[in-house]
Amino acid sequence: MAVAESGSPSIPSIQSMSSIAPRVELRSLDTLWFQVAGTLCNLACTHCFVSCSPTNHTHEHMTLEQVEGYLREAAELGVKEYYFTGGEAFLNPQMEAILEATLRVGPASVLTNGLLLDPQRCQRLKALADASDYSLDIRISLDGYDAESNDAIRGPGTFERVLENIRHLHAVGINPVLTVTEVCEDAGSAAGKERFFALLRGLGLDKPRLKVLPVFHIGAEAERGGAYESWQRLREGEVAADDWEHLQCSSCRMVTDQGVWVCPILVNEPGGRMGEQLADTLDTFPLDHPACWTCHVEGVSCKT
Amino acid sequence: MSETLDPELEERLKGFFRDRLTAHRGLATLGEKLVPLGDFHRAAESHGRALSATERQRQIANYREPDRAPDRAPDRAPDRAPGRALEGAADGVPVEGPYTKVAVFGGVYNNHLGLAALLEDARRRGAEALYCLGDLGGFGPSPEKVWPLLQQGGVHTIQGNYEESLASGREDCNCGYTDPRDNHFAEISYRYTAQHCSTEFKRWMGLLPRRRRIRVGERELLLVHGSPRRINEFLFASAAPVPFLEVLCQQERCDGILCTHTGLHWHRHLPSNKDVVNVGVIGRPANDGQTHVWYALLEDRPGEPLHVEHVPLRYDHQSLAAEMRREKLPEAFVETLLTGWWTTCLEILPTRERAASKY
Repeated sequence: MAVAESGSPSIPSIQSMSSIAPRVELRSLDTLWFQVAGTLCNLACTHCFVSCSPTNHTHEHMTLEQVEGYLREAAELGVKEYYFTGGEAFLNPQMEAILEATLRVGPASVLTNGLLLDPQRCQRLKALADASDYSLDIRISLDGYDAESNDAIRGPGTFERVLENIRHLHAVGINPVLTVTEVCEDAGSAAGKERFFALLRGLGLDKPRLKVLPVFHIGAEAERGGAYESWQRLREGEVAADDWEHLQCSSCRMVTDQGVWVCPILVNEPGGRMGEQLADTLDTFPLDHPACWTCHVEGVSCKT
Repeated sequence: MSETLDPELEERLKGFFRDRLTAHRGLATLGEKLVPLGDFHRAAESHGRALSATERQRQIANYREPDRAPDRAPDRAPDRAPGRALEGAADGVPVEGPYTKVAVFGGVYNNHLGLAALLEDARRRGAEALYCLGDLGGFGPSPEKVWPLLQQGGVHTIQGNYEESLASGREDCNCGYTDPRDNHFAEISYRYTAQHCSTEFKRWMGLLPRRRRIRVGERELLLVHGSPRRINEFLFASAAPVPFLEVLCQQERCDGILCTHTGLHWHRHLPSNKDVVNVGVIGRPANDGQTHVWYALLEDRPGEPLHVEHVPLRYDHQSLAAEMRREKLPEAFVETLLTGWWTTCLEILPTRERAASKY
């Protein structure tokens, strides 16, 4: 049964505020996320809402065995799709074995910074995709149309390196989805999207694909662009009770090496943790984090 | 395996990140503070729950078959009929049949020539009953022409998102596209269909059921437009895994599910001996460079798994293309009919289906 709360009262938490927040039901567990590389990354992007870096050990790498355990439980619950993120997913030394295991039971998407996609790895990924009945998607992040704007966020040299690795993927027949945040000016506009499409076409990708995400003002981004204002919170009654379907937490959960969290955004929030196993987390969740406000107002889904 | 960057890049990154790394070293973020890792881990452990093994099994059982669990609140999923029978169909929908052989199709998209060809082809192949899974309009010309064909052909029809939108006066087709270009073409097509459908036809659409159940041999099959959960959910082959389909069948207490909506046909025979079939569409080709369209024939053969045949259907696509041009419908749509390749709605395709497409 539920573990009694023993956290320090001085630490702010979601659930201490939860009496005034609306609660969202899990309608169906369609999307299961894995924080497969924890919060460890070979970059430290200035807008990272989970503050990932080479030294952030808040969450550690997951093992193949851990992932397989959750995959078995997920199959019982009829999960429809799997997503992997970090940190940098391909820093996890078992990442390819994890993908192989996942692609036996469902479609998989990997969110990556694209730095570790050398030609050999791209070939292995293509082989994994070809061996499965299900889709394998690789999503690569950029945050600018050129080296100057991108590298200011993601680090020097990353723009050119990522473009080179997109070419490696394309060479083996994988068409990645480019992921851009709205830190990049105009990324969400039709003109902005067209600029990224043109960039991809220039690399030889004739079916360019793009995912634009808003910014969450937490983690490193709170330092870069400023934190949430106190009014940016959802209150009970502000959202119609039957209007939850647009919120990803009504159909997803996030697994890390430390248990199951409500969504991919709140993994650095202790109150975002819902349980040890998926079966512990089929209950409602209070939408009482400022990031929930972004999800509601912007209609965000981290899915492709 | 190369988990390291080239030394030069690594050096540059180190310099760039030094300041921030110092700030984050050994710390976790907690709310708006940086705290020692131990504090974070203790706080995290105090949240969430750890149920007993028995309770976990019960949670999963409730999830897989909610209507069998007396302690679960009524499901509010929009596509579920209110008031369920305790035995038999999970949703109280009457079961039609039994049949030995039925033809099931979807996505007419105003293709009256395709529909006429289907009626003839399915009867010739011995189908005892014809079922249409919705999306009568959009894309093609002269929407009103399919109505008498459906009625004369004795077709049992369910509502697609198109019928739902037209009948309720919605501003758009609710197809579920995200790409602006797809939405642009979807708008043209929806506006054309809305303007050329009579009020009576729209009223008839509004009265169509959202789901049906049929018996084929001993099997009870659920007929829906997109999925049992949502009228506009896309079920593509490469994105509809076996465990997911098993749970859908169990939740709906049926031996199989027939759907359409995506435009691409497939069949998955499940380990439980159930079947999920996307019957495809007869309104436009299946994005494979061929001009024919597809429907499904289902047949009960005693002692065998459900026999599912995806039937390629030829029709006079040249005449339809000419009619679309007379109606000044987008040339992009005409191209699809004439070449078999989709020129729109590509954004919704999963990676594998997109890789197989021309555009």
